[in-house]
Amino acid sequence: MREFGYQRASDVAGAVALLGADPDARFLGGGTNLVDLMKTGVERPARLVDVRELPLDGIESTKDGGLRIGATVTNSDLAAHPEVRRRYPALTQAVLSGASGQLRNMATVGGNLLQRTRCGYFADVTKPCNKRVPGSGCPAIEGDHHNHAILGASQHCVAVHPSDMGVALAAFDAVVSYETTDGPGELALADFYLPVGDTPHRETALPPGALITAVTLPPAPVAARSRYRKVRERASYAFAIGSVAAALEVRDGVVREARLALGAVASRPWRARTAERELTGARADGESFAAAADAELAAAKPLSHNGYKVTLMRNLMVAVLSELVEEASR
Amino acid sequence: MTTATAKATTAQGSVGTAHTRVEGRDKVTGTARYAGDLPFTELAYGWLVLSTVARGRIRSMETGPVLAMPGVLTVLHHQNAPRIDSDYIGRLGVPPDPSAALFQHDRVPHLGWPVALVVAETSEQAREAAEALVVHYEEKPHDTAFDGERPDVPSQDTEEKGDLEAELAASAVVVDARYTTPEEHHHPMEPHAATARWEGGRLDVVDSDQGTAWVAEELAKLFSLEPSAVRVRSEHVGGAFGSKGARAHQVAAVMAATALQRPVRVVLTRRQMFSITGYRSPTSQRIRLGADADGRLRALEHRSVNLTSTVFEFVEPCAGVSRVMYDAAAHHTSNEVVRLDVPTPTWMRAPGEAPGSFALESALDELAERCGIDPIELRVRNEPELGPVSGLPFSTRRLTDCFREGARRFGWAERDPRPGLRREGRWLLGTGTAAASFPSGAAPSTAAVTAQADGTFTVRIAAADIGTGARTAITLVAADALEVAPDRVRVRIGDSDFGPAMIAGGSMGTRSWSWAVAVAARELRERLALGGGVPPEGVTVRSDTSEAVRALAQKERHSFGAQFAEVAVDVTTGEVRVRRMLGIFAAGRIVNPLTARSQFIGGMIWGISMALHEEAVRDRASGGHVGADLAGYHVATQADVPLVEADWVDDPDPDDPVGIKGVGEIGIVGAAAAIANAVWHATGVRHRSLPIRPDRVLAAAEGAPDA
Amino acid sequence: MAPPVSSAITLTINGEKHTLSVDHRTTLLDALRERLDLTGTKKGCDQGQCGACTVLLDGRRAVSCLQLAVAVEGREVTTVEGVAEGERLHPVQQAFLDLDGYQCGYCTPGQICSAVAVIEEHAAGWPSAVTDDVRPEAGPPPLSAEEIRERMSGNLCRCGAYVSIVQAVARAAAEAGAEAEVTEAVA
Repeated sequence: MREFGYQRASDVAGAVALLGADPDARFLGGGTNLVDLMKTGVERPARLVDVRELPLDGIESTKDGGLRIGATVTNSDLAAHPEVRRRYPALTQAVLSGASGQLRNMATVGGNLLQRTRCGYFADVTKPCNKRVPGSGCPAIEGDHHNHAILGASQHCVAVHPSDMGVALAAFDAVVSYETTDGPGELALADFYLPVGDTPHRETALPPGALITAVTLPPAPVAARSRYRKVRERASYAFAIGSVAAALEVRDGVVREARLALGAVASRPWRARTAERELTGARADGESFAAAADAELAAAKPLSHNGYKVTLMRNLMVAVLSELVEEASR
Repeated sequence: MTTATAKATTAQGSVGTAHTRVEGRDKVTGTARYAGDLPFTELAYGWLVLSTVARGRIRSMETGPVLAMPGVLTVLHHQNAPRIDSDYIGRLGVPPDPSAALFQHDRVPHLGWPVALVVAETSEQAREAAEALVVHYEEKPHDTAFDGERPDVPSQDTEEKGDLEAELAASAVVVDARYTTPEEHHHPMEPHAATARWEGGRLDVVDSDQGTAWVAEELAKLFSLEPSAVRVRSEHVGGAFGSKGARAHQVAAVMAATALQRPVRVVLTRRQMFSITGYRSPTSQRIRLGADADGRLRALEHRSVNLTSTVFEFVEPCAGVSRVMYDAAAHHTSNEVVRLDVPTPTWMRAPGEAPGSFALESALDELAERCGIDPIELRVRNEPELGPVSGLPFSTRRLTDCFREGARRFGWAERDPRPGLRREGRWLLGTGTAAASFPSGAAPSTAAVTAQADGTFTVRIAAADIGTGARTAITLVAADALEVAPDRVRVRIGDSDFGPAMIAGGSMGTRSWSWAVAVAARELRERLALGGGVPPEGVTVRSDTSEAVRALAQKERHSFGAQFAEVAVDVTTGEVRVRRMLGIFAAGRIVNPLTARSQFIGGMIWGISMALHEEAVRDRASGGHVGADLAGYHVATQADVPLVEADWVDDPDPDDPVGIKGVGEIGIVGAAAAIANAVWHATGVRHRSLPIRPDRVLAAAEGAPDA
Repeated sequence: MAPPVSSAITLTINGEKHTLSVDHRTTLLDALRERLDLTGTKKGCDQGQCGACTVLLDGRRAVSCLQLAVAVEGREVTTVEGVAEGERLHPVQQAFLDLDGYQCGYCTPGQICSAVAVIEEHAAGWPSAVTDDVRPEAGPPPLSAEEIRERMSGNLCRCGAYVSIVQAVARAAAEAGAEAEVTEAVA
C-alpha cells in the first residue's frame, strides 16, 4: 500500500470539491472493499476523501410512497429499518445474506453498489486481468471460472458483480442519485452498470468524480411480498454462486405483476425482464415459472465449468416464485 | 535424573475430571500473548517477497530503489544472505523444508517461493517496499497439473500379500472406484509469526510453533550454532495443525536480526501462507474391494497417488489406514508421488488417514450397498484379529463397541437403508457412518518438576499447547502424580530451554509429555515423602523417557472411532447441510473430558469442512493459486456446523503410565466419508470427489450417475 | 504539493482517551497492536475474511483490519481488553471459559466482541439471514441455535469450537434476558 493523503468531508459539495477531477483520489465509505483492494495492491490511490460522516445516513419515505436511502446508511441500518422490512422485505433479506455482521456495520449503501468483483484473477496483481489492466487478458476464461458469468459477459471479462443488495435494488427499479462539481444527477439502476463489451474496466455510468448520495426505491406494492434466496458454497459468510430476488402479485391464480432479478450471473445485478414478461398474465404455477426461467436463460452462454449455473438459476427462480405463491396462500 | 518405566497408575481424581483451561482467563480477556504480540524496543519489521513465476531463475533484483524508500533498513536475498546448512536429517527423521533454506540460490521451484526479505522501521513501510521490489526472472515452462495418473517416482511404500486378481475374480461382489481429494490448507487462525533477536550472546526467537525444542534445534543446525546458543519460546499458539515447524519466516527473522543487530519480526500474510507453510496434497486413490456375498473381504487394494514438489519428496500416506482397518487374503497397498512445480506439501491434521479414510470408508459403504448388508454389520464382520499387514496384535481395538454405542445413540436401528426416500420440504435427508482410526504413539521427552517451599509445584517441559488443552492436561497429570490439587501445580511450557520434548503432532504430544511429567512428579512425591521438607531453592526432579519409550513392545497401537452423520441435500440448488453428527471414540484414557471433547468435535468439524468446503484452486497458466484468501478458500463457518457430539468408550492404553492414546487427529478421520455416505443415502448419488460442492451435486442431478 | 501522509488522531479506547500520530495506511488493528500495545485484538487474515480482529466501534462490532485508524478520529473503540468490568468477567467471557468455547484462543477475542454485539443486536430487534419473517410485525425471533450460528458466522474458528461457542452465546444471552435456546451437548 503506497502512502496517501486523507481528507474528511463534512458536506456533499465539499466532498465533491475535495475529490475534484483527480484520477488518483477515491471516496472512502465503510472501506470494507476499498481498504482490502489497497492492501492487495489492486487500488493504489494517492488520496482518500472520507465521506462516511456526511449527513447522508437517513432513510425517509418519499411523497409517492417510496423510500429514499442515504448513501452512507450502513448495510445493517438498511436491513433493520422497519419500512424496508415492511415494504421491501427482499432487500432486507438480500443485505442480511451478505458478508458478516461486522462488515454490514461498516459497509455503506453507496459503497455496496460500487464494490468490485471478487474474481480471483482481478484480486491478484501478479495475474493478467482486463478489468484491472486493460488489454492484459482474461485468464478466467481458460482458468478457474466456476463462479463466473453466464449472462452478459464478453470475451474480455467474465467476472460477476458480488452484491446481494444490488440484486434486490435491481428488482425494485432503484434510482441512484449522485453529486458532481457540475451539480446533481440521477441514474436508474438499470443504466447504472455499463455493459462489459471490450471495456470491462469501465463499470458504471457515473461521471468522473461523482459521489453517490442516495438510492431511491419507487413505490412498489408488489415488493411487500418479496423474497431473496442466495446459494453459496457454505451456509454463511460467502459470496453467492447464484441468487434470486423476486416479488409476485397473483390474483385468481394469474400473475398480475412479477419482479425478478438474479445475482452472481453477470457483471451487474441482472434484471430478468424477459422472464417478467413471460410471467405477467401467466398461470401462477411451476410450469409457467419454469417456462419464464428458461426464456430468461435462453441467452445464457456458460463457460466450460459453470454450466451448472444455468440449472441452478432455473431451479432457483422456480423455487422462489413457488414459495411466494405458497406464502400468499397462507 | 530418573529413568522412566511404564507402570499403570491409580487415578487420584484430577485426571478424568473436567477442568476448564488453566490459561482460560488470559484467553478470554485478551491478555494471552501470542508470537506477534510481545513488544520489543527497536523492533523492525520484515516482509517476505515471494516469486511470481512457477519455475525459473532469478535474473536480477532492483534493490536500489527499494533501499531508498522511507524506513527501509535492508533487503536480504540470495546474493547477500548468510549461507546456511540444510544438509541434515532433523529430529523427526526428515530434512528441513526446502523453503526454510532461505535465499541460498537463484532457482525458483514454484510460484510463491521466497526470494527476498525487506526490513523496515514499520510494517506499513516494509509492506510497500516489498511490493515495490522488482525482480526479474528467467521463466521456464512449468507443470502444476495433478491428475493422479502418472506416478513418476518408484513407490517406496508398497505392501502386498496374496494374489489380488485371483481373489477379485473369486469374489461375489467387487467395488472398483477412484476417489479424489483436493489440495487442502491448514490455515490456523494465527498466521506464522516470529521475532528474532540476539540477547546476551544467544539467539532468542519468539515464535508460533508446535515444538520449541524442535524449532530451536533446526535453527541451530541451519545457522551452525551451538544448540545452547538458541532459545525459542512459544507460549501461546493460535492453531497449527501440522504447519508450524521451522519455516521461512523464522529463518528470515534470524537472518535479519543478525544483519541489523536489532529485533526483527516477520509475520506471514494469509496469502503467503498458501505457498510457504505446507498443505495437504491432493490425492487420487483407487480402491478395489472383493468380497463374498456375506461381505467378508477376499481382496483389498488401496493405491494412493499424491503430488510433491521438485525439491522434496513428501508422501501423503493414504493407504496406511487400509493396513490397519481390514484384512483380506489378498491385501495390496501403496503410496506413490508425482513431482510437480508446486510448493512442498506437509503433514496436515491426520496426514494419510484423513484422505485415506474418505476413500476406504466410502468404498466400504459401496460394498455394503451392493452386498445388501448394513454398513456397520459389514465392518463388524471384517474386524481383523491382528494387524492385516504387520501380523502384530492390537494393544486395544474397541471399534465394534464404538459402533454399537454410536448406533444406539444415533438411532441407527430405525434407518431404512434404501437411498433417496426421505424428504422434508426441499431437502432430501440421509444418514451415513464410517470407521476411524489413527496411530497412537509416544516419543521421548524430558521434564522437570519442582517442589517449592510454599507447597506449590512447577512443571517445566517444552510442550506446546496449540489449542489442544495440553497445558491443562499436564497440570492434571502432574497433580495426580503428586497427589495434590491441580491449583497447586503451575505448568510452564513453550520454551526450548526446558529441554528436548516431543512436538505437538501425530496425536502424540500430550501422551509423550504426560509420561515424562508423571514419571518426574511421581519420583518427586516419593522423595518428598521421605521427609526433610523443601529447602528455599526447592526440590527438582528431572525425567527422560527415552529408554522407556524405546522399550515399548511392538504392537498395533491405534485409537478407533465410529462416525455418524445426518445430512440434508437440496438437489435443485446443490446445497448440502450437515444436520447432526455423532462420534464415539476409543482413544485411550481421557485426561480432561472438557477439552478432549473439544478436540474430537473440532476434528469432526474439520471433517465437515473437508467434505463440503475446502479446496485450494491452482491455475494451470500461472502455476499459482486463484482465490488465495479466506474468502476464496472456504473453511466451515459457524452456520455450517450443527450440533456435533462426541463421546468415548473406556479404553486406557495398558502400556502407558497414564493410559493415554491421543485425541488430536482421530476426530477428522472417517468424518468426510460418513458425510459422503449420508449424501448417497439422501440422494442415491455417490460423491467420490471432495468437496461435495453445489456445482458437483447439480452436475450429478443432471444425469451423471456418480460425481 | 503532496498531501500529508500521516495525521494526529484522538480516539477513546476502553474509556481512555489516546492521541497519536498515524501513518494513513495504518489500520485500527495495527494501531491497537503496534502502537498502543493492545494486542488482545488479533490479526487473522487482515482482509475482513475471518473476524479475529473484531472490536466494537461506537458500540457496534466491526473488523478493525479494514478500518483505517485515521478515520476513527473522535470515535469510541472497545476491545476485548475492555469488555470485563474490572476483575469481573463479562458473562460472555465467563461462558466461553466455562463451556470451553475456544481451543487455541486466537479467534476468541473477536468471537467475544462479536457475541457481545450479537446479544445487543438481537435485543434491538434486528433480524438475520435465517429469520423466517423479517417484517417488523413478525416481531424479533427467539435467539435459537440457528440464529446464533448465522449471527456469529463472521467469526471463523479453525479449531472448530463452534458447538460450544453457540452454547456460550446462548447462555450469556439468556442471562441478559434474551429468549435464547440454551442447549447442552448430550454426549
